[in-house]
Parts: sequence; C-alpha cells; structure tokens
Amino acid sequence: MNWLACVSIVSAAMAVSFGAIGPALAEGRAVAAAMEAIARQPESASTISRTLFVGLAMIETMAIYCLVIALLLLFANPLLK
Amino acid sequence: MNSPLSSPPVWQIGPVTITGDVVATWVIMAVLVAASLLATRHLALVPTRTQAVLELIVGTVDQQIRDTMQLPPGRYRAFIGTLFGFIFVANWSSLIPGVRPPTAHLETDAALALLVFLAVIWFGVQAGGIRGYLATFATPNLVMVPLNVIESVTRTFSLLVRLFGNVMSGVFVVGIVLSLAGLLVPIPLMALDLLTGAVQAYIFAILAMVFIAGAMPPKGNKQ
Repeated sequence: MNWLACVSIVSAAMAVSFGAIGPALAEGRAVAAAMEAIARQPESASTISRTLFVGLAMIETMAIYCLVIALLLLFANPLLK
Repeated sequence: MNSPLSSPPVWQIGPVTITGDVVATWVIMAVLVAASLLATRHLALVPTRTQAVLELIVGTVDQQIRDTMQLPPGRYRAFIGTLFGFIFVANWSSLIPGVRPPTAHLETDAALALLVFLAVIWFGVQAGGIRGYLATFATPNLVMVPLNVIESVTRTFSLLVRLFGNVMSGVFVVGIVLSLAGLLVPIPLMALDLLTGAVQAYIFAILAMVFIAGAMPPKGNKQ
C-alpha cells in the first residue's frame, strides 16, 4: 500500500468525524428551538415540525456531503487508478 | 466489499447493460401502476375500505401541498404524489431479502433530482409565462440573479446527494454490521433505516414543493 492510499483512508475518516461535529451541534440547536416553540404554542405544532423536518434535512446534508467525500476517497479515488 | 458507488450488471443485451437497480426500478414502477389501476377500478360514491385508504392518502398529499405551497393542489398532486410514492416504496423495498433499494444508487437519485429540476421550470413557465419565470430569478432584487441561478443548480445537486447519502448509508451500515456481528444483530438498524427512508421520501416531496412554489410569480401581481 503506497502512501497515497494511507493518506486517502486517514482523510476519509477525518472527513466523516470532523464533518459530523458541526451538523450534530446545529441539529441539536434546531430541535431545541423547535421544542421551545412548540411548548409555547402547541397549536402551531404541525407547521413547526414540518419546517423543522425540512431544516433538519438541510443541515443533515452537510454531514452527508462529508460521507460522500469519504466514500469517493475510499471507492472511487481518481488518484489511485 | 462492493463499492456503493457502482452497481453490478445483471444481464447484457447487446451493447446495453442491465443492472439490478434498473430491474428493481421497473418492478417497483410496475407494482405501483398495477396497484393504482386495481385500486381505482371500481370507484364508488360510498367508498369501500380500499377506496377509503386511497382517499386518505390523496387527501393527505393534497393537504400537504396546500400547507406548503399555499396553492390549490390540483396541478401538482400527480407529480408530488408520484415522487413520494415511488421514493417511499423504493426505500422500503430493502425489506425484501436480496433487493437493494434503487434509491441507494446515484443514478436513480440523479434521475429523480433532474425530474424536479425540470418540473420547477415547467410549472414555473406554466404559471407565469417565460417572462414571469425568469423574473423569479430577480427576487428580491437584481443583485441576486447570479446567486439564484447558481442555487437552482446546487439545490438540485444537494437533493440528489441527500437522498443517495441517506439511503445508501443505511444499506451500507446494515451490511457492515452484518459482516461483523452476524445474523439478527442489525435488525434495530434496519428499523432505523425504515424510519429514515420514510422521512427522506417526505422531505424529498416537501423540498420539491418548496422549489416549485419558489418558481411561482409572487402573489398580487399575477399576469
């Protein structure tokens, strides 16, 4: 195994691990804010949870990007051909 | 372990290679069409049990469109409902042993995202004409035009990556746990996978609605 493969594996792991931190914090804050809003106004729970779902999907995409980058590095690395 | 980015070929017909995902996609499409035809064959004013379930589904889709897009749902029901139905069934097709959900492959998701991209243009042009559709790029003002043009491409890409990443990672994790721990251990993960699949189908449909509603001319100055 050459050094390029080693670097690819390490950077794939780092992409996922560090890429998960930001979205995790952001999702926590979003859910906390939505819970607070629902506790204050239970009658608008359906609107809030729908918006929350869409927002969570947006935030989650950041982590998914990192995952896709990691998979590209591991399985479709153009430098290792 | 097989790469999650490639799909193994099943048959070779002349120059055309048929992969397992294409077969799964066509089977799901055939099942959906056949189920819809069978269920709507004898529609009556007093609904039978099947028809009541169908009416519930269609009513829910309509209500979601009304809530999200603030528009009458008639024109968008078919597109949004089909998107949701297909992605939902495709995500849950991992329940059948030996079937990999077609949405766990980049090509299927790329096709679905491309459909949404085209539908945004189609519905936008239909609602406001070509001028009206192009004018939506200049909201809130003219400075935003380049950003809005870039956004219309990147959001399609993120739609594709989101669905692909979620479904594929579910399948991938189940495969890894199965190879490490053995039988029956990945069942909780598979349950989580079903939840993710349903939520992703919902989110894909909601985002399609949001994008289409964004291409509509703003209310008040309709042409």
